[in-house]
Amino acid sequence: MRTLLALALLSSMTLTGPAFSEIRPAPQRTVMDNGVVLLTAEQRGLPMVTLKFLLDAGSRHDPAGHEGLACLTARLLTYGTRTRTATQIAEALDFIGASLNTGCDQETASVTLTTLRKDLSAGLNLLADVLINASFPPDEIDRQKQAVIAAIRAKAEKPGEIANKKFAEALFPQSAYGRQPEGSEESVKKIARSDLVEFHGNFYRPNRAILAVVGDISHREALKRLTKAFQGWEKGTPPKDAFTPPKAGGPETIRVHKSLTQANIVLGHEGVPRGHPDYYAIQVMNYILGGGGFSSRLMEEIRNQRGLAYSVYSQFDAAKLAGSFQIVMQTKNETASEAIRIAKEEIQRIREKGVTDEELKAAKDYLIGSFPLRLDTNRRIAAFLAQVEFFELGLDYPERYPEFIRRVTRADVARVAKRYLLPNKLITVIVSDQERSDGKK
Amino acid sequence: MFLALVLLAMIPSLASAAETQAPQIQEVVLENGLKVLLLENHKSPVVTFQVWYRVGSRNELDGKSGLSHFLEHMMFKGTRKVAPEEYSRIIARNGGRSNAFTTTDMTVYFATMSREKIGIAVELEADRMVNALLDGNSFEAEKKVVMEERRLRTEDNPTSALAEVTSAVAYLVHPYRRPVIGWMSDIERLTREDLRKYYRSYYSPNNAFLVVVGDFSAPDMLAKIRSAFGKIARGPEPPKVTLEERPQNGERRVTLKKEAELPFILMYYHAPTIKSPDSYALDVLMTILSSGRSSRLHQDLVYKKRIATSVSADYDGLAVDPTLISISAQVMPDKEVAEVERALNAHIERVRTEPVTDKELEKARNQAEAAFVFGQDSVFGQAMRIGRFEMAGDWRLLHSYLAGIRKVTAADVLRVAKKYLDPDRRTVGVLIPVKEKAL
Repeated sequence: MRTLLALALLSSMTLTGPAFSEIRPAPQRTVMDNGVVLLTAEQRGLPMVTLKFLLDAGSRHDPAGHEGLACLTARLLTYGTRTRTATQIAEALDFIGASLNTGCDQETASVTLTTLRKDLSAGLNLLADVLINASFPPDEIDRQKQAVIAAIRAKAEKPGEIANKKFAEALFPQSAYGRQPEGSEESVKKIARSDLVEFHGNFYRPNRAILAVVGDISHREALKRLTKAFQGWEKGTPPKDAFTPPKAGGPETIRVHKSLTQANIVLGHEGVPRGHPDYYAIQVMNYILGGGGFSSRLMEEIRNQRGLAYSVYSQFDAAKLAGSFQIVMQTKNETASEAIRIAKEEIQRIREKGVTDEELKAAKDYLIGSFPLRLDTNRRIAAFLAQVEFFELGLDYPERYPEFIRRVTRADVARVAKRYLLPNKLITVIVSDQERSDGKK
Repeated sequence: MFLALVLLAMIPSLASAAETQAPQIQEVVLENGLKVLLLENHKSPVVTFQVWYRVGSRNELDGKSGLSHFLEHMMFKGTRKVAPEEYSRIIARNGGRSNAFTTTDMTVYFATMSREKIGIAVELEADRMVNALLDGNSFEAEKKVVMEERRLRTEDNPTSALAEVTSAVAYLVHPYRRPVIGWMSDIERLTREDLRKYYRSYYSPNNAFLVVVGDFSAPDMLAKIRSAFGKIARGPEPPKVTLEERPQNGERRVTLKKEAELPFILMYYHAPTIKSPDSYALDVLMTILSSGRSSRLHQDLVYKKRIATSVSADYDGLAVDPTLISISAQVMPDKEVAEVERALNAHIERVRTEPVTDKELEKARNQAEAAFVFGQDSVFGQAMRIGRFEMAGDWRLLHSYLAGIRKVTAADVLRVAKKYLDPDRRTVGVLIPVKEKAL
């Protein structure tokens, strides 16, 4: 495999897709009476429909000491409702070959159904039932707590996951953004049924929900069916949102010893939230530094020139209320210091010398030209629509995106490199065989 | 490459063909032997262009493992016309994405771009089919990259390392016993001359085929392809792989002790390819065992007994030579791997002695049909499916696949379970976690 990227692409089978502007008819938006923001894109090519719910019910709402509550709530939705057992739900879904998945991160919980058009009624019934009537049976809670704890343990054997966790903890100490959304073994054990029922009652409300529907269905039909399916799902009064933006930690160096052949390295610091005015200039700058695959400077210097790593990249992750910058790479233990040194030199170089016209043009051409490839499948269009709404980008975002990128100048790139790459604040995490990676052996 | 193989292995069971919606694939063979498979799909303004070479680790010799994969990397190091790494940069500058992968059977290069730009990928691929330099100054650095890739994918990944050692024991003779990425000591010793010879032997129009899916008109695309690839001369007939695995007599077992958190058990059973009529019943059997939360293994081991965090039963008939069924489970913390093995054995014994129910059969058919439709959601996925069927024998098998699944009876499932899930024909691999003490 040429790059790791391909794995992700193959697994989701998503490399190509319609330019958003070419979706016919254009996406439509309706705020339903119960408050659900409904977005649809009619795609008649295949007899299938995808429905993606995004709820403002992520782990940032976890009460202190009960970290993991939001994700456990999402996970348990499909494990029992007032009228269906977990096994009945599983049987019903498998029998129509549909998938109904739940997910959770720091900001949102998601519930996604993909079904054949002919089974839409059955699928919708199940979807509405798990959202509205999840019943959190005690034995299912017990079972899923055990499963979450097992997953936390399994993650601990993956060096990349360990590095990622340590980095987040150091970056945003004392904040939900610094914690893994699934919580810790200790905090998950403490979650009681009453916590789950209360969280579900507070946060799984239609007025906190975005729903994107993509596929073999019109906006009108979707609205009609959903209005019926969600009868009895009532608006809630949102609990007071006492959230304060996380305060970044660092600089710091964190070393974790494991018996490994490679050092798994994360270098980084605070970034910017998604709505930041410099977001697009930062994305262009980062493409040149390390985001642009084989076109990036980090790939050229660390992989192509020196053969130090198979995978090396940088990214500015931007959530709604917080953001981070990180460089991620793996190299054999013995060359850990060399790889870190070169990565830091590249940060310095782009801060001090900026970028060339040619680099700027290549970055913009890729970012603008490849935009349609991001919307290659119904499932990805659904996820995209939900994100556009969540980040308040506007349904005309695909038409405006090229201009956001086009207007970034070389001076902008130089300015954001100086301002948002912070060599003095770097948090360095090295998960490795420490005896070999620190140069002693 | 274990991950990649596992992902690929999922394709046939998830995505199969229905005669109701048989896509209109066109086949054209150029004079130099290059087969071209075209499928127009106008749902979006993009095209995926893929070159499939019929060469993978099954073509390698002892001591030269990893050669196919290393060559794949070196194919990005330029030609007489294109500078090293320029291939990827040209595609990116034109708004496209490109990559490549190698498996036991094949090496595939692909680019996905807008319909206006796809001609660029056609030209670049034709150029590197014959003009790759391979030996520039990048040889030594790229070898190090491949060694880092092996460390990342296998050495430091416990389940992947287990799969590697278990395959090496499941096959004694056939080259499927070797990892696609190669043994570390082989990678270290590969030479420029190895690459050149291999490239000359296997990279030719008559040992490759193209798959193009997306928003184009077939005559135009064919004209572009003829103009770029038509002038390339036919190559020598590549050597045939004649090694045959003899039937296994008696269970083999292998353990791997490695720093890890949770034990893992993996069972490999020898199985035929899609060219065998038994293939369809095997797909149905695997679906009943582990597809979805209501499947037998999931319901019992994960849900009821709570002794495994996950289970899977995979069979990938889309291989050139006879392949393996893989049944595996990750053990729940504080549970014993022996208990998981007993539970797996009980289920395997049950499908070998009693027929599956009509409801289970119907569910498996519905799952196959839904997955077939979902699998057409992307043009890349469609191209992959066409290519994999062609690689395993004939893309036309794609059109009869769902019909094959529908014909499977409970008696068929019972028969193939008896025949292939034979304890004497299996290899069991167990990962035993060891804890390193902290420094």
